[in-house]
Amino acid sequence: MKARTIGRHLKESIKNLGRNGWMTVASISAVAVALMIVGLFLMVMLNLNKMAGQIENDVEVRAYIDLTATPQQQDELKEQIKQISEVHSIKYISREEGLKELMKDFGKDADVIKPYQGDDNPLNDAFEIKTQKPKQTEAVAKKIEKLKYVSDVSYGKGYVKKLFNVVDVARNVGIILILGLLFTSIFLIANTIKLTIVARSTEIEIMKLVGATNAFVRWPYFLEGLFLGVIGACIPVALLLIIYRQLYTYFIQNNFQSYAFIKLIPFDTMALYLAGLLIIIGAVIGVWGSLTSVRRFLKV
Amino acid sequence: MIEMQDVWKSYANGVMAVNGITVKIEKGEFVYVVGQSGSGKSTFIKLMYREEVPNRGKIIIDGTDITTMKNKDVPFLRRKLGVVFQDFKLLPKLTVYENIAFALEVIEETPRQIRKKVMEVLDLVKLKHKARFLPSELSGGEQQRVSIARSIVNNPSVVVADEPTGNLDPENAWGIMEVFERINDNGTTVVMATHNKDIVDRMKKRVIAIESGMIARDDKRGDFGYEG
Repeated sequence: MKARTIGRHLKESIKNLGRNGWMTVASISAVAVALMIVGLFLMVMLNLNKMAGQIENDVEVRAYIDLTATPQQQDELKEQIKQISEVHSIKYISREEGLKELMKDFGKDADVIKPYQGDDNPLNDAFEIKTQKPKQTEAVAKKIEKLKYVSDVSYGKGYVKKLFNVVDVARNVGIILILGLLFTSIFLIANTIKLTIVARSTEIEIMKLVGATNAFVRWPYFLEGLFLGVIGACIPVALLLIIYRQLYTYFIQNNFQSYAFIKLIPFDTMALYLAGLLIIIGAVIGVWGSLTSVRRFLKV
Repeated sequence: MIEMQDVWKSYANGVMAVNGITVKIEKGEFVYVVGQSGSGKSTFIKLMYREEVPNRGKIIIDGTDITTMKNKDVPFLRRKLGVVFQDFKLLPKLTVYENIAFALEVIEETPRQIRKKVMEVLDLVKLKHKARFLPSELSGGEQQRVSIARSIVNNPSVVVADEPTGNLDPENAWGIMEVFERINDNGTTVVMATHNKDIVDRMKKRVIAIESGMIARDDKRGDFGYEG
């Protein structure tokens, strides 16, 4: 296609957007509202996903060593645990370290634990074991439980499984909702553009009669759909990012980030994801909606 | 130039519009197509620019069989044909000049050529002075002249017209006929469906009369042959 023709199509499509005034506003709003909701879901889903991933990585088995075990026997036990094929890494945590960790977890209330320092420490020495895959945790824990010199084993048990289930369900519901919303907005765009095309069907008819190719007729509509979709997407992107920025700063200021699993996706990364995804989705539904409605008028 | 061989066309609703027409129109001819409403003459015209495709038979235009033509080639057939309608089909928001230029823009003509050709045809239809007017500011006859100008601006070898004077008073109708004569004088083939007895009888051109989708008469220098 010649550069001049591209220029003509561009001019034509922008002129049409202006000419159709309120219809343009309606289409853009439809896209904006739909993508706002889609974007909100995306924001939540992306963060949930990240948190789930983090929790998955944090899942570990802790094997408490029998108090009677000598250092030699402890080494023996360590070797035995290493032999288990699903084990990824193993780390020794002395009872003193264990208590310190506990105090850290208690935060302001750490005073409660202070009396148990030194000889009064009720904890056992322990091994912290990570498995190759989070889902192997339970099996590995059961194997370790049976070994000599192990007094007790702890791992996430049921709650880990439940958490995975919740994330899975949320993910699926989110996807279904997003798809539903996308179809609604495609339908809305198709309809708004169809109305503007009906008004312009004579123009299309004349174009076809004087020998315009279908592609030539389609181009301005393609661009119009693209503009509607992209402009419609920019509004929710801007709004959502403002919201996310507030939320993110709030989290940082209140130091929520120190909780291992509430680490939000950094603002810049989120901005990139959200803008990229929503603008692409907007463009696709705009073009799709526009081209489906123009097709009917090309059979002259 | 234009050749129809045993062409049949019926519509989905069962109407048999064209029933086995065979006809040949030579280059540079001026042909009137007459017949009562519903006789099939509009379908006959539409078959020529492939608005309709026949159920049977061949239609050859400039050596190409347009019945077996692929859809993507239709635009290029249309560029060889000019089409004029009873209701003008002008774009109301474009000026006279823009309406004509439009036909050249869609076939991606250069701006310089567009300017030159539009002014030439405006001169031919004697509307140069109204180039900047909107269609709504013109009389019916003037609007039809714009529509004719648009149909010939890319130098088609054939102009087909479906009742071009149908909406005009006699005086304007004669003005339009003069324009068609001039186009024909330049070597362009003209095929015109019309109801205008007065014009057909006076012009003494070839007349093809269609009745019930068949050719009832084909006279070299014919007359209208109906009452009104």
